[in-house]
Amino acid sequence: MSESNFKRFIEVGRVVLLRSGPHSGKIAVISEVIDHNRAIVDGPATGVPRQSYPFRHLTLTPFRLSKLPRGAGSGVVLKQLTSEGILEKWNKSAWATKRTAIEKRRSLNDFERFKTFVAKKGRRDVVRKSVKVAKKA
Amino acid sequence: MARSKTISPNVGRLSRSQVFAKRGLHKGQKKSEKPAASETPLTKEVQIGGEKNGSTRIVPTSKAPRYYPAEDVRKPKKSRKLIVPTKLRSSITPGTVLILLAGRFRGKRVVFLKQLESGLLLVTGPFRVNGVPLRRVNQAYVIATSTKIDFEGITIDEKINDAYFAKPVVKGRSSAEEEFFAEGKPKEKEPFSESKAADQKSVDKAIIAAIKEEEYLAKYLKATFGLTKGQYPHQLKF
Repeated sequence: MSESNFKRFIEVGRVVLLRSGPHSGKIAVISEVIDHNRAIVDGPATGVPRQSYPFRHLTLTPFRLSKLPRGAGSGVVLKQLTSEGILEKWNKSAWATKRTAIEKRRSLNDFERFKTFVAKKGRRDVVRKSVKVAKKA
Repeated sequence: MARSKTISPNVGRLSRSQVFAKRGLHKGQKKSEKPAASETPLTKEVQIGGEKNGSTRIVPTSKAPRYYPAEDVRKPKKSRKLIVPTKLRSSITPGTVLILLAGRFRGKRVVFLKQLESGLLLVTGPFRVNGVPLRRVNQAYVIATSTKIDFEGITIDEKINDAYFAKPVVKGRSSAEEEFFAEGKPKEKEPFSESKAADQKSVDKAIIAAIKEEEYLAKYLKATFGLTKGQYPHQLKF
């Protein structure tokens, strides 16, 4: 039997991104699988209280607490999260940085949008000119 | 009859006195007595000339009118509506940058100066920055942005009010021909009044100085607002 092509699984210790509800956009850890629809998630490091969450509102991340026992409490989850440095790893990931960038872009007001437009224009100008110089050489 | 629903057309559920009680008008009625009006007697004695006329006669002090309308003339109902001053949106304060949504200057970003008595907003481009003169706009046709210019120490002349923007009233009749033609030729356009141009300048002076304080602000006011693909105004932050 060959190995599965899937890399991320629903499993105890899997770090997930919440996609709905008041804690939408935060990460948490699966500490217990309830059934084929729901799991208990816990995010003591991100302010997510221990609660049941449907899988359709979760997205799996590549991170995982490998040594988390089934049904661990918030204390244990927090300890393992800090010891494995999951939060730093997540914040450094391309996925998380892109998410924060998009969120920041969305929160800009009209004037700030205009200023980014001006800055982008300036950047394009520099790029265009240097490309022209490089082509000639 | 607004308070008494009709049982059938023109027949109210409540009697006249019940409606009166429901309307509660008696609650607000004045209790203090009116000052007694000086009584004028209904009749007066008048001296009459001629021997056989009894020398005096009693006549009414005020003569009854000689004319009575054949039918009762209905008095028009007095309107009890009040003119409530327009509330200014809380996001609009003096110095707020607004985006105009309608009219000749739609899409322009302008500076809000003050609310006029009519409830309209007084705005200016400033004229030198983006070509929008001192103008009145309805706040319904405006997006208020969170950008504000420093309005401290800036005062707007009291003379710029609703009357300032009113068109001059031309008395007497004038034909459409007279309005546009003189001696068979189209009339030349009247030049913009110098006093108004001076007012524009004096108002804009302080505002332009405040705009210069912040980088890109003048450029921002000069640029027009527009939506691109995938931008929805209800999702944007202004």
